[in-house]
Amino acid sequence: MGVSDKILLAHGSGGRLSHELIETVFKTRFSNALLNQGDDAAECKLQTANCKIAFTTDSYVVKPLFFPGGDIGRLAVCGTVNDLAMKGAKALYLSAGFIIEEGFSLETLEKVADSMAAAAKEAGVFIVTGDTKVVDKGACDGLFINTSGVGVIPQGIEISGSLAVPGDVVIISGTIGDHGAAVINARNNFGLSGNLLSDAAPLGNLVSAILKTGRVNVLRDPTRGGLATTLNEIALQSKVTINIEEDKIPVKPEVKGACEMLGLDPLYVANEGKLIAIVPREDSEKILKAMRQDQLGKDAAIIGKVEAGKPQVLLTTFLGSKRPLMMLEGESLPRIC
Amino acid sequence: MINLDKFRDPVVAAKLVKRIEGLCDGPYSFMEVCGSHTMAISQFGIRGLIPRSIKLLSGPGCPVCVTSLYDIDRMIALAGLKDVIFTTFGDMIRVPGSHSSLREAKSQGADVRILYSPLDALQIAAENPGKQVVFAGVGFETTSPTIIATVLEAKEKGLENFSVYPAFKTVPHALKAILESGRTKIDGFLCPGHVSAIIGSAPYQFIPAEYQIPCVIAGFEPLDILESIVMLLEQLRSHKKEGLAFSVQTEYRRGVPDAGNPNALAMLDKVTEPCTAEWRAIGSIPETGLCFREKYVSFDAAKRFEVDVPPAIEPQGCICGQVMMGLHQPDECPMFGKKCTPESPVGPCMVSSEGACAAWYKYGTEN
Repeated sequence: MGVSDKILLAHGSGGRLSHELIETVFKTRFSNALLNQGDDAAECKLQTANCKIAFTTDSYVVKPLFFPGGDIGRLAVCGTVNDLAMKGAKALYLSAGFIIEEGFSLETLEKVADSMAAAAKEAGVFIVTGDTKVVDKGACDGLFINTSGVGVIPQGIEISGSLAVPGDVVIISGTIGDHGAAVINARNNFGLSGNLLSDAAPLGNLVSAILKTGRVNVLRDPTRGGLATTLNEIALQSKVTINIEEDKIPVKPEVKGACEMLGLDPLYVANEGKLIAIVPREDSEKILKAMRQDQLGKDAAIIGKVEAGKPQVLLTTFLGSKRPLMMLEGESLPRIC
Repeated sequence: MINLDKFRDPVVAAKLVKRIEGLCDGPYSFMEVCGSHTMAISQFGIRGLIPRSIKLLSGPGCPVCVTSLYDIDRMIALAGLKDVIFTTFGDMIRVPGSHSSLREAKSQGADVRILYSPLDALQIAAENPGKQVVFAGVGFETTSPTIIATVLEAKEKGLENFSVYPAFKTVPHALKAILESGRTKIDGFLCPGHVSAIIGSAPYQFIPAEYQIPCVIAGFEPLDILESIVMLLEQLRSHKKEGLAFSVQTEYRRGVPDAGNPNALAMLDKVTEPCTAEWRAIGSIPETGLCFREKYVSFDAAKRFEVDVPPAIEPQGCICGQVMMGLHQPDECPMFGKKCTPESPVGPCMVSSEGACAAWYKYGTEN
């Protein structure tokens, strides 16, 4: 039984299959220096303007459309703003494309649009262009949104997943697994009570605070596939070993509890308002302090370091044993027992 | 709700590891018989903490891994029937059958739905009176009561478009079969904590009584597993020094009453009876399956639907069965990590979230 010739749900989970799909179907065909950077946004030099812009796109198909702490509209703005921020760019302009299923509630669409407007204001960006398509009932699941975004990368800022070097320190901006746990709880009507809230938020101000304080080599937001997958991406891009300490990783007790019950691992659960910063050791303490002064970085923590070695992520468990931390394989599935 | 963090205390863990080092006087092989133990041991890096002379062998305690190819092929065929909604726990959908998997069938248009609870299948049945809803009855004694409870509820509600494909397995006679085969050297058993929450400790008594092997019913946190290893070593020491007989002990006292769960057992007995089951890659083992009694046979999806499946073809070179009997470690398989990975699994031990090969691949072969 080998590789399928059909697209599987796992191709969209952000794990290994997603990566392989992008590599083999799209990157080989679209290959160019900008695309091949492999970062969250492409860094485009504009010769005439002598500046670098960041340009990114993302599509949003989350179900349910509304969940505690957010909704598809908020995600669509924050997700794209954050991808720009992960290149150190100040996000400026977004496009918004909507694919809407026939019969979709107008009132719901308006609620989504309200949320996008509020998120754009919060992030300091303008939605300047867009598109709308309506498809037959059954041709799409309610509502899909695509947003693309551009921003300007300040002079002298070089941030990329390929720039982590041995000696660097790994910082996470806050608790992990919040978004994924909230969405799965809402999607399946588990009714788990407790503070399960999506963390969807624009990270532009937090990134500004970091860049004002010290040097940064890597910024990445651990979305689909979670912290573990994102760290693996960086390790592969930078060709380094990343060592993480399990007991340093902040996880809310309610997220831990929900994940235990559902057989999920917070390390692989999506985040939408968190970032990983990999910074030179000498700047790490002051950057950590600056992050903690921002509301979105109040739980920031140093969780590990970068070392020379083969591209991999190693986790030191809270018991002191060490083991590999792999990329997400397939999808996270609820277990039998 | 119990705070699990105290069962993960690294200071206590270090003390238990020291105790294990003090008690360990020779090479020992302990078999852990539950997929969740397989995963926990690897996830927490237990093998890296305890002396190398203690080998922890995986047993056949992964319900997905031991579901026969014949059953998987038939479930995939059922899922492909028009007007069937096939419902299952998540980890079944990736398991390779002879030619396909439930995931593949879903991508080709079969209505396959992943559920967290079999009761959700009843809701689907109620909302889709024109369809047949089938639930994959895969699981050990931990899980079968909830599925059987769903059957009873379906009967009460008169939901005739609901059925279960029975592939239930039970543990104690499977352990007997492993011991009878004599092929695996086992010095002690870490018995499955959640199966035991249902069946209690009595069904394992034959192991010390007839085979002179100690048993400890273990929980799933790191301190549970380390403490259970301490208890096995203490039994072995007492037996060696003072001739004390081996016994079944319960480390997982917070989860396992001695008598198990009589209500669950009564319910299983009401609806099902023991029968021979086909264990994938191991073979037929009597008394290890649960088949519907006559009164409930109308809920048996295997009898309700006729599907044609070609003869099952086991993948060439897969040594899953030997891994599940504790005869080989996953990394001794020539295909491990090369031809056989979680994304392109050859056998079930690699694809199941509780399979030994998946655990070794995900968490490293040292752990």
